[in-house]
Amino acid sequence: MRETKYWTWHIAAGAVILILLALHMVIMHLDNILGLLNPSGGDAIAWANVLARSRMVFFVVVYVLLLGAALYHGLYGLRTILFELGPKPPLQKMINVVFWIGGIGLFALGTGAAIAAKML
Amino acid sequence: MAVSKHYPNRLGILGWLLGGRWGIERYMYTLHRVTGLGILFYFLLHIFVTSARAFGPEAWATAMAAVHHPIFKFGEFLVFAAFAIHAANGIRLVAIELGWAVGKAEEPIYPYRTSLNIQRPLLIAMMILAAIVIFFGGLDFLSLAQAADLPH
Repeated sequence: MRETKYWTWHIAAGAVILILLALHMVIMHLDNILGLLNPSGGDAIAWANVLARSRMVFFVVVYVLLLGAALYHGLYGLRTILFELGPKPPLQKMINVVFWIGGIGLFALGTGAAIAAKML
Repeated sequence: MAVSKHYPNRLGILGWLLGGRWGIERYMYTLHRVTGLGILFYFLLHIFVTSARAFGPEAWATAMAAVHHPIFKFGEFLVFAAFAIHAANGIRLVAIELGWAVGKAEEPIYPYRTSLNIQRPLLIAMMILAAIVIFFGGLDFLSLAQAADLPH
């Protein structure tokens, strides 16, 4: 049952990513065509645009949600690939522990950066 | 995820390509995994690089200068393309997983209909969608390269 729950979360995280990453891609990689949400104009990664987006609560929430969903979806996907190779139960347990610790650590790093950038 | 105790995965990663002669959906399975791993690798680096914004404009400029080389821009385009393929194929997989693209059970009357009658056109439609997104993303990357006077 627990694996079914993990799988359901994997699909749900994929749906969240589909919406939020599509928004991120439109802003960052279709900026020369659409120019959305880049208040200073020009390049989407120009500091003025990065600062403007970082100060918006909407983007802080989007970044944190996307970070969590993408970490879960990506690490669960990699875990599935590794488990299919048939590791013994102790190694499976170690993979679970490393992925949980690594995932939570990266989530803390990304969330901390999003909050710190909001304060700039 | 079910774990098989009786049938060990003898081919391992090689089974992604050498598992036998399959329909195109089997190769989409491989492509889905390859694009997923590529996106994950980029994403983990992306967290570190973009966290530099928390330390102000100088740190951001340094981080962006470190990934300014054309090879990184091309790599970014590959990740963008991988995202388009992974997302479009993911929509197809979820539609099948939830039964939306399987079709209703019905009496088998000749000419027989299979779930492939729905799934194959869905696959083609999703890949056309991915190709359109990649095309416009490519235009954006080209205009970015021209603006930065990068070789492309």
